[in-house]
Amino acid sequence: MCRLALKTAAEPFSPYSVLTAMEAMQEGYDGSGLGLLLRGLTFADYRYSPEDPILSGIAHTEESLDRLNELMRAKGFELKYDHDFTVDLREIEAKDRHKYFLRVYKVPVAWKEYSREQAEEQLMLTRVALRLDGETHGGDLTVFSFWPEVAMIKEVGWPLAVGNALGLQDGRLKARVVMAQGRQNTNYGINLYACHPFFIQGIGTMTNGENTAFVPIRDWLLGQHHPAYIGYQSDSEVFTHILHYTLRKLKLPLAAYKHIITPLKTEELQQHPQGDFLLGLRNACRRLIIDGPNCVMGTLPDETCLVVMDHKKMRPCTVGGRPGEWAFASEMCGVDAMIPDRDRSLDFQPMRQHTVIIPPDRKERQIWSQFETLPLPQAA
Amino acid sequence: MVPIRNIAVAPSSLTYHDLPWVVQHREDRCTLCGRCTSVCPKEAIYLTYRRQRLPKMVLQASERGSAYRTFYGIRQRTDLAHRCIGCGMCSMVCPNEAIGPHPNANDERARFLDTEKGEPIKRGGRRNSRESLLDRIIFNRISMLTDPALDAGRHEFSVNTLLGRVLPPEEYIRRKAAGEWIPPVREIFPFIIGSMSFGALSPNMWLGLLQGVAYCNEVLGIPVVMATGEGGCPPWVLRSKFLKYIILQIASGYFGWDEIIRALPEMQCDPAAIEIKYGQGAKPGDGGLLMWFKVSKIIARLRGVPEGVDLPSPPVHQTLYSIEESVMKMIQTMSMAWNFKVPVYPKISGSTSAKAVLNNLVRNPYAGALLIDGIDGGTGAAYNISMDATGHPIASNLRECYLDLAAQGKQNEIPLFAAGGVGKNGNVTRNGMALVMLGASGVHMGKYMMQAAAGCLGSERNRCNVCNIGVCPKGITSQNPKLYRRLDPDAVAQRVAETFMAINTEVKKIMAPLGRSQSLPIGMSDAIAIDDQAAADRLKIRYVC
Repeated sequence: MCRLALKTAAEPFSPYSVLTAMEAMQEGYDGSGLGLLLRGLTFADYRYSPEDPILSGIAHTEESLDRLNELMRAKGFELKYDHDFTVDLREIEAKDRHKYFLRVYKVPVAWKEYSREQAEEQLMLTRVALRLDGETHGGDLTVFSFWPEVAMIKEVGWPLAVGNALGLQDGRLKARVVMAQGRQNTNYGINLYACHPFFIQGIGTMTNGENTAFVPIRDWLLGQHHPAYIGYQSDSEVFTHILHYTLRKLKLPLAAYKHIITPLKTEELQQHPQGDFLLGLRNACRRLIIDGPNCVMGTLPDETCLVVMDHKKMRPCTVGGRPGEWAFASEMCGVDAMIPDRDRSLDFQPMRQHTVIIPPDRKERQIWSQFETLPLPQAA
Repeated sequence: MVPIRNIAVAPSSLTYHDLPWVVQHREDRCTLCGRCTSVCPKEAIYLTYRRQRLPKMVLQASERGSAYRTFYGIRQRTDLAHRCIGCGMCSMVCPNEAIGPHPNANDERARFLDTEKGEPIKRGGRRNSRESLLDRIIFNRISMLTDPALDAGRHEFSVNTLLGRVLPPEEYIRRKAAGEWIPPVREIFPFIIGSMSFGALSPNMWLGLLQGVAYCNEVLGIPVVMATGEGGCPPWVLRSKFLKYIILQIASGYFGWDEIIRALPEMQCDPAAIEIKYGQGAKPGDGGLLMWFKVSKIIARLRGVPEGVDLPSPPVHQTLYSIEESVMKMIQTMSMAWNFKVPVYPKISGSTSAKAVLNNLVRNPYAGALLIDGIDGGTGAAYNISMDATGHPIASNLRECYLDLAAQGKQNEIPLFAAGGVGKNGNVTRNGMALVMLGASGVHMGKYMMQAAAGCLGSERNRCNVCNIGVCPKGITSQNPKLYRRLDPDAVAQRVAETFMAINTEVKKIMAPLGRSQSLPIGMSDAIAIDDQAAADRLKIRYVC
């Protein structure tokens, strides 16, 4: 079973500290992949302006890097900073890694006319265009994210070894939110895109367990013909896209996510203060009901963090921390490794009805139950 | 030249060896009670005496050369009107196991002659073929590793489905915020008792089904619904709280709708849904047919017709100019009759044109579902040629409709219901769940319910299948009180409950190893496989061997 670790803190910290937490949970993964999402990124070598988008991924050949440069130039992006990883390729299993890129761009001047929503749409379309370009050239270019303050790294291997190979211990990269997943390969072929977390328009989630309702959900998402509802090398990618759909398409509050992926039973909804709305929502979003066992951890563009369980609650998760610093991990020892000096008696293990939310101010953890009223004016 | 005696033989002369079923009678066991001859629905056998010559060697002139013995026995009639139908009621009543029908292993010649008076064969039942593609589909995506299989006995399962138009999520949110109309949706058990009319079924059968359905809903918590078929619904049911378990069907003859319209102001609750029948899998292109044998006083009253006349419904709804308009206007009219609070959906026979109907419905905001009835669907009366050779198998028809919706991201917005051959060989849950995973939101089953709940004797070896002439030996499809009093409605109700309890458990036994419990696995095509490459390609599922 995959291992998950998420840490969020007001003060930026090195992602390496989360990788050491992964080490504490090492019985759970098989070295078939590590995924890291860094949010609220700061660079030791560069004064980063938080509105500039960061492109992260891997160019497997020199030619693909040239194509990338050309594509970005053609779209009008200006390269501001190209982070130079201290790479030790001997620690990496794969032999075709030409360059791990983590680049800050300045958006085209023409975007000044764009609304925020249009600009975000363009960022997404640019990432998708680069990804598709890599796929049409035999997969020589892998692009994980293109968004302000966010970078992602995915690699095959043991988490700590990958961290060492990329020199993450050097402290040149720090972030306020780090998500990490150590994979237990259940997707047969090993594919970088299958590594968690998954990313779309600033929203990232990672999961352990397996979503047995994957195929019908995937079929429905594909049927929406959304340019970024693609991929699905992993059954867990649908969790990210459902969260995206909930927040950006349905424009529902975060708490509604749980009602969409694991709705309450009819008898329960009949007792619910917004039962009528939620029953209709369950019917309308019936094709997005997941079937776990899963634990889903995610982060949003405003640095909100969340964790939800599936309805069967067969995946463990512990939330621990203190004001200003919180950690989620699939094992208690993972939380211990990330935030050792906390009051453990306040640790919380979410149940089937819970959504744990750490708001951007990180002052307290919010435990929201599905049985409670949804913060939704129109449903009243 | 060898002398040959003249015998009385005509082109249509048959012997019992030419008939599909041969009655075997054991004289040594027979008590001559006569129960078999009196119960036989076709009067295919009769009690008679026979003489047997007993030749012996004659040594003295004073003795006769032969002696004779007279004995009583059962004889099988060989004219087609009285041919044995293999129902086996004779064995059921025989106290000594002395009699029973056996399928003719010889050439069955009767088939060639069954066109008397120029009338082709008419019968009840379904396509006389035991083959079932659905029986070959297995569930093979077994959760083993990251997602351990569930416990069918102890986990909580949501197996219900939705009947009614489901809005796209964005549209639902918009309409809810604006206070606009949200189409009615029913949460029901995915196995539905398919349309069988009050007229096709005897009053006792109908009552038994309704009692059983009410018990499933109110005691067992399994929200089963049943469809009426064309011919209305008993007036007391229309005015009862049980109406919510009933899908009222309107078909091209509009039989029974006078009563329904009259009952509208007095209804205590809304029906589960309205089904508009445009076609039927067993006899595509034909309307309903209730033959005069079955038009009893009560049926005549319910349908508003004289007693004892054939009641053929026209093949299409005659009142409107084209099928598209008919579908649109009827759906709207029916929706309006119940104030847009009851799902209204059409039922069509499986056809290569099913997708055209479906796409028409997608653009009709009032269409609540689509029911497709495949070639293996049953009927109370139809021409054999329609039943055996006309129609479209349900599996591929359903699948292509589902994939068509999926390509538009609209799967389950118009829930697809499948029928025709579900449980043909007794594997009702297996067949139903295979269809669900191919994309059906639920399945309708008629013939299976008659077999499971009332012991219908019909089979795909053309056993019995005389539902059309009102002589049903079990009293299921007869309007003759002497026959239907054989059927105890309470016993039928108990069998309905037992059947649905078993289906409910089997559904969980299929879902649990697949790791599914949160919702009915509609369209979970990765979970199924078939041992036929061509079928796998056609259905876009996995081939296994």
